Amino acid sequence: MALNKLTLSEAFAGLREKKFSSEELTKDCFKQIKKLDKKIQAFITLDEVGALASAKAVDQKNQKKEKLSPLAGLPVAVKDIFCVQGLKSTAGSKVLENYIPPFDATAVAKLKENDAVILGKTNLDEFAMGGSTENSGFFPTHNPWDLTRVPGGSSGGSAAAVAADMCLYALGTDTGGSIRQPASFCGVSGLKVSYGRVSRFGVMAMASSLDTIGPFAKDAADLALILKYLAGADPKDSTTPPLAVPDYSQEITKDLSGLKIGLPKEYFIEGLDDGVRQVILAAVKKLEKLGAEVIDISLPHTDLAVAVYYIIVPSEVSSNLARYDGIKYGLSLRDGKNLLDIYLRSRAEGLGKEVKRRVMIGAYTLSAGYYDAYYKKAMQVRTLVRNDFNQAFKKVDAILTPVAPTPAFKLGENINDPLKMYLADVFTIPASLAGICGLSAPAGLSAGLPVGMQILADRFKEETALRIGHQFQLATEWHKQRPK
Amino acid sequence: MKLSIKEVEHIAALARLKLSEEEKEKYSQQLSEILNYVEKLQAVDTSAIEPTSQVTGLENVMRQDEVIDFAAAKGLIGQMPESQDDFLKIPKVFSNK
Repeated sequence: MALNKLTLSEAFAGLREKKFSSEELTKDCFKQIKKLDKKIQAFITLDEVGALASAKAVDQKNQKKEKLSPLAGLPVAVKDIFCVQGLKSTAGSKVLENYIPPFDATAVAKLKENDAVILGKTNLDEFAMGGSTENSGFFPTHNPWDLTRVPGGSSGGSAAAVAADMCLYALGTDTGGSIRQPASFCGVSGLKVSYGRVSRFGVMAMASSLDTIGPFAKDAADLALILKYLAGADPKDSTTPPLAVPDYSQEITKDLSGLKIGLPKEYFIEGLDDGVRQVILAAVKKLEKLGAEVIDISLPHTDLAVAVYYIIVPSEVSSNLARYDGIKYGLSLRDGKNLLDIYLRSRAEGLGKEVKRRVMIGAYTLSAGYYDAYYKKAMQVRTLVRNDFNQAFKKVDAILTPVAPTPAFKLGENINDPLKMYLADVFTIPASLAGICGLSAPAGLSAGLPVGMQILADRFKEETALRIGHQFQLATEWHKQRPK
Repeated sequence: MKLSIKEVEHIAALARLKLSEEEKEKYSQQLSEILNYVEKLQAVDTSAIEPTSQVTGLENVMRQDEVIDFAAAKGLIGQMPESQDDFLKIPKVFSNK
């Protein structure tokens, strides 16, 4: 069988039992990439030489019966916003088009410690800003389910690569929905961790109070496995609290009886696509059958979240992207008269439209005279959004919502309307502001397109969200569906 | 509220972005729309609310003040657009007076 279609657990068992080698597994992934990526364009950079070398090294260790991590020899795709030593890492931007990091992001280093096989770097909206991967500085990625549609964003390349069986799992980032939404649009499982659960060191920063790192995989059980190796405090990222990493793979085996799941009425509104609504309500019924108790709850400040986000994010973006100035690294256009010209020219040529929009909004909101009215105000309303969740988690263990108001939209459909694009993040943003975790898992189809459900759990309670997802996947087959 | 071209030019200068006339027009429209949308927060009573700047609650995470070997120095210098003898080279910052 095509080894690239296996889950992590199946692949590792096969490797251990010597049914196939990591080299064969890696070659099957590259075969799939060569077959499909011209149309899908999930990857910016491929590293076949490096990947096969890693695979062969694992096969040798396996021959010698050395102890191997469950991730050893398994092919992974990494969003191009992560620094991978020696491999071009662009953040999807022309300003870093030829940037080759001399160090690994912590998340990447952890995968390498576990002998992962890194296939290459996947496409994204530039600096993770966007919900469709159309803002990539290079080219858009196409949804494997329907090539005329977006894969979602900003981690569209990673989601598409997993959905198209080009890799066994992938890394992405989620600041306002950038793992959850593409997972939903591409019919794969994706996890947004609690803020601080996984180190952000070596990942180009967008909004430092919101950015998170997380995996995509073919099911929740695989996500649980990966998270064990990604999670944990890192001295290089002082926003990672020194909290223990639970045995997620063990926790997810517990059934759902007695678990309370909240349905927030503010998420089941007018603008929600009918097909999506049906899928979510059917999933709710299934979870009740599995023993969960479903309770109606309210998250009253939900409708303010998008406004809060689009003040906080541009503000933090304007600060974080100031470093791309053509001085120490990256695109540097030095044909002008003086220092200022280097800044103006390099940034004008290197940064795309959406990035420029957000940098400018941030410059405005943080400028003298406006800081209180915008950024401080947004931070205060953020407290209200956070409190909604704190209150809700006193009554329920998890919260179930749609991931997006619609399934994948067409390429080009929203690109000229930035505000409309922003409003599509309405269901994923509130959880980001609160810093809680969320699983996006396939829950059905609407007109042949995947629809995911979002399972939110409190900070550092990833095991609860994963458990609900895994138990749901034991009883259903949606996560096994693949595009034709 | 509508951002004037002058205001867009001011913001672009703060952000060190060079914009064409066409871009100034386009961004003036788009930024105004976005800023209009976020105005809705003004109606919320936050007089008694503490701002949330980050959700971890962590403060002053320290490490020992010791020298650690840093292996990537050569690699970072290699990424510099212009360098000389391991120093970063840039145009002069201050003009002579």
